[in-house]
Amino acid sequence: MRDIDCQTIKETLARLCQEATAYLPEDVLQALKEARQKEESPLGQKILDQILENAELARKEMLPLCQDTGTTVVFLEIGQDAHIVGGNLSDCIAEGVREGYDKGYLRKSIVDKPFSARVNTKDNTPPVVHTEIVPGDKLKIQVMPKGGGCENMSRLAILLPAEGKKGVTDFVLRAVEEAGGNPCPPIIVGVGIGGTAEMAMSLAKKALTRKVGKPNADAETAELERELLEKVNALGLGPQAVGGRITALALHVEVHPTHITSLPVAVNIQCHSARLKEAVL
Amino acid sequence: MDIKLPLTDEIVEKLHAGDDVRFTGVIYTARDAAHRRMVEALDKGESLPFDIHGQVIYYVGPTPAKPGQVIGSAGPTTSMRLDRFTPSLLAAGLKGIIGKGGRGQEVRDALKQYKGVYFIAVGGAGALLARHIKKVDIVAYEDLGTEAVRRLEVEDFPAIVCNDIYGGDLLQEGKARYKLSVT
Repeated sequence: MRDIDCQTIKETLARLCQEATAYLPEDVLQALKEARQKEESPLGQKILDQILENAELARKEMLPLCQDTGTTVVFLEIGQDAHIVGGNLSDCIAEGVREGYDKGYLRKSIVDKPFSARVNTKDNTPPVVHTEIVPGDKLKIQVMPKGGGCENMSRLAILLPAEGKKGVTDFVLRAVEEAGGNPCPPIIVGVGIGGTAEMAMSLAKKALTRKVGKPNADAETAELERELLEKVNALGLGPQAVGGRITALALHVEVHPTHITSLPVAVNIQCHSARLKEAVL
Repeated sequence: MDIKLPLTDEIVEKLHAGDDVRFTGVIYTARDAAHRRMVEALDKGESLPFDIHGQVIYYVGPTPAKPGQVIGSAGPTTSMRLDRFTPSLLAAGLKGIIGKGGRGQEVRDALKQYKGVYFIAVGGAGALLARHIKKVDIVAYEDLGTEAVRRLEVEDFPAIVCNDIYGGDLLQEGKARYKLSVT
């Protein structure tokens, strides 16, 4: 058993929120630079230049990369031998988000009463927290400030098993094409296949936490990723959908066994401002 | 092309889908909640919080300004959400819109009918775009916070013509040009 203090968790959350919104991860930056080399559309090239310049400016002056500093999505991997002490875990995560968004001058975009009054909670809480219990005594925290423009383009379908790979491919392509410029291409496409309805979407979201372009460990899934990425880029949407070769920087698929009657498939899209920051306590 | 605001028929007649522009002058911010209020005001026969003739509306909800900053990060938001309000504002004299992503058929028709232009700025380049904003004043709906209507003075603000007054549509034309067939 190892004690992890709530105060430390809170401070870490506050720091991660501020760093995630200003510092674009190195793998994303690298993928954008490669996209700039490959892009053939002159307008697309100009847009990628602005995106790269924006990332540099945000890093240098610690400014939010994008005004939409998102829903704060938090992934926790809690070691089964870790013991959280000194407070309530959910509360201290929310306090960390509150402090990070206040001190970082980040936009507060969360509204309560979503189908009626839509009242801003004024501190970007509550965050959306995903928890996984894993072996070990550590706590891994990942913060993904997720913009509305791309999150709103999420799609879920429960296909018939007979639709198979073609059904999955058609659904993913349709989701990306219909999203158009809304999710700020070049995007990263997260695809979840299998499980149940909620698990498929959760897998699609989790797929966005993988290093950009790192293939799935399973050879067949990695092959599907390659095929889907090629087809997504053949759509011709390009940066900000003005037309071009690079619609997606990467496409990640996560797979889980499913019921004999089911073929759930979920698409969760990340914008080019693919913000993600982690810490291990 | 450098454009001094406000827009006129003479200016918009020169613009075509795909043109690079730089704005200097005044633009106004408004998004969902502000649009709802403005269109409600028009429906009641009331006046808008600013004279909309020849003006440009920028769909943006900035981050709070840090000490010493004029405005926080300020890139465009998804335009599609405002489609239902846009024809009324174009009818009232609005001449230009800056956002991101495509517009519905009703907006594309209204742009042609009222000689308005839809521009896109680079979504996710909020820190960079904020550098072109030199002065900010809240002009209405302060209670809406980030969604209040602000008057921005901009210099060389970069945008691209997406939908022109002739029916040209950059997103449709661009996709058609770069689409590949993959078997």
